[in-house]
Amino acid sequence: MDFGRISRRHLLQGSAALALGSTLGVRGAAAAETTVGFIYVGSRDDYGYNQAHAQGAAALKKLPGIKVVEEEKVPETDAVEKTIESMINLDGATLLFPTSFGYYNPHVLKMAAKFPKLRFEHCGGLWTDKDPKNAGSYFGYIDEAQYISGIVAGYSTKSGKLGFVAAKPIPQVLRNINAFTLGARLANPKATTQVIFTGDWSMPVKEAEATNSLIDQGVDVLTCHVDGPKTMVENAARRGAMVCGYHVNQSPLAPKAYLTGAEWNWEALYPKFVKMIVAGEAIPNFYRGGLKEEIVKVSPYGEMVSAEARKAADDVKAKFMSGDYTIFKGPIADNKGKTVIASGTDRGQQDPELEKMDYLVEGVIGATA
Amino acid sequence: MTTEAAESVEAAGVAPAADPGFLQRYGASIEYILIPGAALVGALGVFGGFIALYGKNPLDLYFYMYYGAFGTWFSWQNTLTRAAPLILTALCTALPAQLGMVIIGGEGALLIGALAATSAALALQGAAPIVVQIAMVIAGMIGGGLWITLSGGLRQYRGVNETISSLLLVYIALAVLNHLVEGPMRDPASLNKPSTREIGAANMIGTIPGTDVHWGLVFGLVAAVAAYILIYHTTFGFAARVAGGNIRAAKIVGLSVGKLILTVCFLAGSSAGLAGMIEVAAVQGRTNANLAAGYGFTGILVAFLARQNPLAIIPVAILLGGISASGGLLQRRLGLPDASVLVLQGIIFVFVLASDALYGRIGFLKGKS
Repeated sequence: MDFGRISRRHLLQGSAALALGSTLGVRGAAAAETTVGFIYVGSRDDYGYNQAHAQGAAALKKLPGIKVVEEEKVPETDAVEKTIESMINLDGATLLFPTSFGYYNPHVLKMAAKFPKLRFEHCGGLWTDKDPKNAGSYFGYIDEAQYISGIVAGYSTKSGKLGFVAAKPIPQVLRNINAFTLGARLANPKATTQVIFTGDWSMPVKEAEATNSLIDQGVDVLTCHVDGPKTMVENAARRGAMVCGYHVNQSPLAPKAYLTGAEWNWEALYPKFVKMIVAGEAIPNFYRGGLKEEIVKVSPYGEMVSAEARKAADDVKAKFMSGDYTIFKGPIADNKGKTVIASGTDRGQQDPELEKMDYLVEGVIGATA
Repeated sequence: MTTEAAESVEAAGVAPAADPGFLQRYGASIEYILIPGAALVGALGVFGGFIALYGKNPLDLYFYMYYGAFGTWFSWQNTLTRAAPLILTALCTALPAQLGMVIIGGEGALLIGALAATSAALALQGAAPIVVQIAMVIAGMIGGGLWITLSGGLRQYRGVNETISSLLLVYIALAVLNHLVEGPMRDPASLNKPSTREIGAANMIGTIPGTDVHWGLVFGLVAAVAAYILIYHTTFGFAARVAGGNIRAAKIVGLSVGKLILTVCFLAGSSAGLAGMIEVAAVQGRTNANLAAGYGFTGILVAFLARQNPLAIIPVAILLGGISASGGLLQRRLGLPDASVLVLQGIIFVFVLASDALYGRIGFLKGKS
């Protein structure tokens, strides 16, 4: 660890504070325990992106010999570098989970280069060969779970109109919208998804407006891809519409309206990572997977989901679990009539072309720009 | 003021006590230190009570605040790094305040400054780093300067309230930034995090040797001292203060108030623009939505706490930098939510504003014992 250098510097400077800190046990138990630091961009009880990670952190707390320190609402500026350093210098963290996408470049890269003996696991799937080897970036193919949500939504809708509240027209979001729509049209070939982009990850007022306006247009099942789905879920349920969740299970917010949802499964992945480290195995720097790899999961079905819908969804889920199902299977046209995946072309889970997605498939009402 | 002055002169003449000359000369300066200091202690006391209600030990709180902000060399660097942009954005409010204007749009000038600086760097790719850096400084300052000059111009020529216009211009700046970053200036490789191209590692301005603190701190210190000299030791500054005190009197003595307003607004905006340039050249390396981290808004708080005095901005920015640096430790060690730091900032703000009423009313500082 890079600890000694800093302590020496303190001693040289004769900092009384250090002595005070040590006597009060601030540096605390460094020896027996491994300290893991979690950093969130929003609040950890947001019923969304950050809560999903906090649930993963909570799973780690149950492991023996693991101490978890957490910090929320850390912006994607040099503040995150300082938080990382503070966790390392003051708490003795040796494994860091900076969980927000925008932390990676340049902040996590800089810290990984500065502390080459410590391990950094970032969420976002951004690692490339040029990046430090002690940094990793994992991510999940959550479009598989969105596809299942789409199937359930397609069976449940009465109007055939689905709604999607989305943050930005970037590849990850477009992929979710498209997977949801393709799933819905499997169940109901005439179903359409109306999408509204709010422009940013956390815009509760715009999310509420979008939800209301979708319902006003006859949409009766909604889902979303924003950091905190709470606003959409609660507003939609209040208006009597059904919802599919995102990030975590939002059924406690709307037990009557919740059909199912696409969830992260960090509480399975994080203990797996820690066990790999304890066993001396290397975690792949670029770690990705979907339902089969237990990185994403589908919420339990709500009570109003019909038996037919459950069966159709479970069948497809089983195929994902056995690894022989492709969502983006040609021919697929975009919503302007242009063929984007030719007939006979299968774009599987890990196809890099899907990472560049810039279109909305047929059946989606909306535009990327 | 005149009666008070007369009183203290009289008191000085009559009372042979302590050293009235000293208090007479320095009483006002002592007030400027004593009153905000007392306000700060009062605020910390109230916050401690609040924390006690939360079931935590206030002494732990004070210790961790000190430890996280100033207790170690690392903590100092953390604090100074966070203070650096605040000094510059605070000047964006403090300079126009000399003219009696309340400008709260430093965030917008910061964003436009960052965009201008990035554009300059991208246009000059291949030039010597020092050339690129100087061009970035100039572009950032002009960009931010013109942005706040818009507010000044609207007030001077159209009678638009500068507080409202500068605030609204923040949202316009953010929209311009998002548009450019997601459209014309987007690096096609930035798939899920729309960003401009990087300015290049060679063009980054780096850190002050021997520390982790970037050069932005030095820019901030120089700008604050220069602003102080400008306001208190030049005829221009004197003219600005005259216009701020009584605009009609300023016009009667022949001061060109319009020119003063536009120039001061330009200088104010250019200092926030410089903060934006530094965020790009020292931290992010490119422009994206991460830049809208709220430094411009915290700067308003710093300026008001410093009673709009450019020199006082320096310690206040360090204090607020320290509060935010220790905020993480409060979360991790005491399990306090992130919002507790905002509560503390709010309490300090209220105390300092309320303490304004005490100036000139503390008997013993007037030389009367």
